[in-house]
Amino acid sequence: MSTSAILLWVVLPYAAAAVFIVGHILRYRYDKFGWTTRSSQTYENRLLRWGSPMFHFGILMVIAGHVVGLLIPRQWLYAIGINEHIYHLGATWMGTAAAILTVAGLIILIYRRRTVGPVFLATTAMDKVMYVFLGATLGFGTLATLVYQVFGPGYSYRESISPWIRQMIIFQPHPEMMVEVPLFFQLHVATACALFALWPFTRLVHVFSAPIPYFFRPYIVYRSRDESRGAGSRPVRRGWDPVAAPQPRGKRGSNR
Amino acid sequence: MKVMAQMSMVMNLDKCIGCHTCSVTCKQAWTNRTGVEYVWFNNVETRPGVGYPRTYEDQEKWRGGWTLNKRGRLKLRDGGRFKKLSRIFSNPKLPEIHDYYEPWTYDYDMLLNSPSGEHTPVATPKSLLTGKDMKIGWSANWDDNLGGSLETMDQDPLLAKMSEEVKAEYEKAFMFYLPRICEHCLNPSCVASCPSGAMYKRAEDGIVLVDQDACRGWRMCVSGCPYKKVYFNHRTGKAEKCTFCYPRIEVGLPTVCAETCVGRLRYLGLVLYDADAVAAAASVEDEHDLLDAQRGVLLDPHDPAVIEAARAGGIPEDWIESAQASPIWKLIRDYEIALPLHPEYRTMPMVWYIPPLSPVVDVVTNTGNDGEDADNLFAAIDKLRIPIGYLAELFSAGDPAPVDLSLRKLAAMRSYMRGVSMSDHRDESITEAVGMSGPQMEEMYRLLAIAKYEERYVIPPAHAEQAHDLEEMGCSLDFEGGPGMGGAGPFGSSSGESVPVAVENFHSLKNRQTSDRPSSPGRVNLLNWDGNGTPEGLFPPEDGK
Repeated sequence: MSTSAILLWVVLPYAAAAVFIVGHILRYRYDKFGWTTRSSQTYENRLLRWGSPMFHFGILMVIAGHVVGLLIPRQWLYAIGINEHIYHLGATWMGTAAAILTVAGLIILIYRRRTVGPVFLATTAMDKVMYVFLGATLGFGTLATLVYQVFGPGYSYRESISPWIRQMIIFQPHPEMMVEVPLFFQLHVATACALFALWPFTRLVHVFSAPIPYFFRPYIVYRSRDESRGAGSRPVRRGWDPVAAPQPRGKRGSNR
Repeated sequence: MKVMAQMSMVMNLDKCIGCHTCSVTCKQAWTNRTGVEYVWFNNVETRPGVGYPRTYEDQEKWRGGWTLNKRGRLKLRDGGRFKKLSRIFSNPKLPEIHDYYEPWTYDYDMLLNSPSGEHTPVATPKSLLTGKDMKIGWSANWDDNLGGSLETMDQDPLLAKMSEEVKAEYEKAFMFYLPRICEHCLNPSCVASCPSGAMYKRAEDGIVLVDQDACRGWRMCVSGCPYKKVYFNHRTGKAEKCTFCYPRIEVGLPTVCAETCVGRLRYLGLVLYDADAVAAAASVEDEHDLLDAQRGVLLDPHDPAVIEAARAGGIPEDWIESAQASPIWKLIRDYEIALPLHPEYRTMPMVWYIPPLSPVVDVVTNTGNDGEDADNLFAAIDKLRIPIGYLAELFSAGDPAPVDLSLRKLAAMRSYMRGVSMSDHRDESITEAVGMSGPQMEEMYRLLAIAKYEERYVIPPAHAEQAHDLEEMGCSLDFEGGPGMGGAGPFGSSSGESVPVAVENFHSLKNRQTSDRPSSPGRVNLLNWDGNGTPEGLFPPEDGK
């Protein structure tokens, strides 16, 4: 086992995962105010109206595909009648469709970001770095699908990449599984790791704000003044307890 | 019955002179920052006119507020939870910046630093979004005083509902001002539209606020509000709205717009209402019944049963007393002259308006008749169907009767009080014609015309035992973006922890007080400076640096 293989396929993914998790906790703890989609729709809507739904619905399909392909062992799929051939057809064609939707959406969004004046001015340095890694990850993933699956003989990543990921998840890494994997898949995995490490420090955090509770809450929200402090926005910091009149001796605990 | 208290406002449009002082002071207090340059929590519209943002009242286009579904139950006009989330990646009903206006400044530096030449230098307008030269074509009050309204008036959504001949005659007939703030509705559709649950109605006083730490910038509140009084801060990516100046209200002070109103036309006070009755009242079938339904939701603060229920609901004693002394209750229920703005949106708005009589008086006077004679005024109200129809579209879902009655009461007060002050003659036949007694009329006159400060504003302070909880509450809008005065946080201009007002004030005071020498000459455009950070050349170097 070469050192580079261990670095690439054990150290990098674990480091990225650690940064991803710890980063999100810290960001949520200290930067709730910065936690937003930073929408630029008020500046421009003509391109966004197409690009944004294309990209987002596409990427949701892509994520669903990755869950099926990477996390579910193929024996389980065999058990419900999805054999290798059906899987390959489904994964390749649905995956390609999702990839085209996503990449086309991303191209529209990046074009918009560069050419629409106010949107470009509102783009931070972190946004630009994020776009590079997001674009690279999507690009290599699409290339891998096109080169090996659509126009090539087909590569069965469920014998290498998928078990590698599952082994990583249960903390029994087998980096050797990744060594023989074709180049574009390797690049896809590596750039994805880098993207995950960047994730908590970019606007991508809005993914974790997917408003699922909206389905279950009543329409009108009431909050008490006291609650809105506790639920909080601004936590009481240690040493900054509010000043209150001291309780007279002997009365302690009796009133409230 | 669940009794809740609501802080609300009534504006007496008869006294509004359209000076925009409320707008300007509000802007100075709340939206004098980057990202909200185009935002006016308080704006004053000339009616007829297209409003701000343009044509916001056209709910066929913007689809804000509530409507009834086939089974007669309330639903958000632009669709419920599933539809909202399916459009979350691009909100098709979100107004663009051009529906408000593109904010700008001027290149004032040119006036000072251009070399001498044949022509007088001019300050060219620069867009605050792109920094480039721009042509100014619209603003928050572009059609002020009907300016240019021959071009734009046919876009007024209310006029569109009226007939052609009305439109043609309108400009000659009638004009008035409509100051608008957030309505702090009893049934707020912005709150219902918020996917994050960041918007809420404060249980104590009904003020609708945005939790800046919980807002994720999905923008559904902006399109959900039929009054378009929630705005998107394009710099921080969060929604912001009129706060009813809650830090002032909590200590018993009136809002900035009310305090600075030169016409003294704003009234502030508490009303008690039955929270359990709101949904039923908002879903009555006939739009013309909405006004009465909303009046019915408000509870008589003198009724012993209501007082008992209010106590049981934890409303403090002095708040109940304030509700009893409230000018709002008097104007809405005792005199029935205040009307809600667009009750047909079914949000149960809580900023009400006394419709303007002065245009009617003007018409009477211009024809050479006595504009203070009750019979003349009553006849004019009967005859001037155009303005009444328009006011009815604004205040009573198109039903002229409530507007009619309200104007008649104002007319009766006018001529009755002339009798009192000119000849000490109390002609009760005038007051009886509008169903009021003489003393009641004089009371109403005192509230509307004398309008003493302590009678206009009956604001119980929030409770001392809660005071420490109120201080520097998290939803305040008083920070621009970055932590402290230093500017941006690590993840872009809006990141970092929010900064308490006191800290920000400390920094700006320090800056001001250590600047005892004129600043070094530089190119600073003061009007571009949002009050945060220290642009180069604005302040002299500190001593010892």
